[in-house]
Amino acid sequence: MSKRVVIVGGGVGGTIIANLLAKKMRPELKKGELVIDVVSDKPEHFYQPGLLYMLFGLKHHDELVRNEKDLLDPMVELHLHPAIKIDKDKNEVHLKNGVVMKYDILVLATGSRPAPEMIPGLKEGGNWFYEVDACLKLRHELVNFKGGKIVLTIGLPHKCPVAPFEVSYMLDDWFKQRGIRDKVDYTYTYPIGRLHGLQPLADFGAKTFPKHGINTETLFNMKEVDPNKKTVTSLEGVTLKYDILITVPPHKGAQVIEDSGLGQNGFVPTDKFTLKMEGSTNVYVVGDTTNLPISKAGSTAHFESDVIVENITSELREGLTPFRYDGKVFCFIETGMTKATYIMFDYNTPPNPVAPSALIHWFKLTYNKVYWLTPMGIL
Amino acid sequence: MTEEELKQIKPAVTVDARGTYCPGPLMELIKEVRQQPVGSVIELISGDAGSAKDVPEWLNKVKQEFLGVIPGDGFWRIFAKKVKDM
Repeated sequence: MSKRVVIVGGGVGGTIIANLLAKKMRPELKKGELVIDVVSDKPEHFYQPGLLYMLFGLKHHDELVRNEKDLLDPMVELHLHPAIKIDKDKNEVHLKNGVVMKYDILVLATGSRPAPEMIPGLKEGGNWFYEVDACLKLRHELVNFKGGKIVLTIGLPHKCPVAPFEVSYMLDDWFKQRGIRDKVDYTYTYPIGRLHGLQPLADFGAKTFPKHGINTETLFNMKEVDPNKKTVTSLEGVTLKYDILITVPPHKGAQVIEDSGLGQNGFVPTDKFTLKMEGSTNVYVVGDTTNLPISKAGSTAHFESDVIVENITSELREGLTPFRYDGKVFCFIETGMTKATYIMFDYNTPPNPVAPSALIHWFKLTYNKVYWLTPMGIL
Repeated sequence: MTEEELKQIKPAVTVDARGTYCPGPLMELIKEVRQQPVGSVIELISGDAGSAKDVPEWLNKVKQEFLGVIPGDGFWRIFAKKVKDM
């Protein structure tokens, strides 16, 4: 009887795992001994890091989207029906169209989404660039902006932890190009007592923000936004006035995770090394879906996927799961419109950003074009 | 609380942030304090010596309760209690 691996989620993690597994286990797939299913609630695969560039008119929507079907190996079955319930005791995934899928191994790759509704007034008063429509709305606000106060606020948890840094440097350059930088009062806020969770980045920001005219307010966790008065108030008791409020909203995981009782706010308790759901032997968790205290980023999902694929293959062939995730994360960081740096770290090695250069910036722009090779399992 | 009393606590959630550099221990604690119900005890295990100072400072600022810290071998077990909505 054939084995069935069901992957819930067609983002970067789910798609890489499906494609790498299909490549590695080709003989079993061909003989009908293995079936790989991807369940996704949308037919399109979107390259989320491209939103930062779309904000400045440097990328168009069409460049950032592909059909998920076209990215998947032809031997992977794609089901475009949302999963509405996962029954881990019966090894079942229930789809909205009534189909119940039995699995031998399940991969949860359901991701995360901005949830501005978690902060009173934020949805009405804030602008964010983490979703297409919101990004385009903010773009219009910025293009029509003649000067005044911009405040950047950050909710927890959130994906792409370096994006607040990047957008701050890029806005500084962009306003300079538009000739109105001297009319823009820009304040970067951060939830803890330094400028970034990563100490080396916090140090880098402390050194460079003053040169970019970026004001800072640390220990600032949003409590509420008053869209009429145009103020944002922190839990720590500070109120800031704004003309444009740019925010990285707090994020939530997928509703199906919460509805299935698999994790608070849609994030699944996960072993940091095996990437198995805590208490489970046949459920893996990848990317933003884990509750691990590590960066929610595409590269995290990418490196985790490699480990999960090795373990699933090994488990199906030998009954062993010896591979361990070492916490590896890699992030490019734009430090303006023409330069970038990067960081790489794991559970044992702290990050150490290199000096920003045009070369790294161009490397990032190149990766933006060839990203599609990553979910395809090639790069 | 004394170390012995802290050791008796059964936290609602334990966040093991050792070996994780981003987003970092205090950010993880802030996230948990926000999402857990009032009355919950949250344990943070941090490998960052600064956490033993940062965490009580933040809890004090937002009027939540710092229960104490148990130093370990290269890590710190820090206990917080959510005493009011936020």
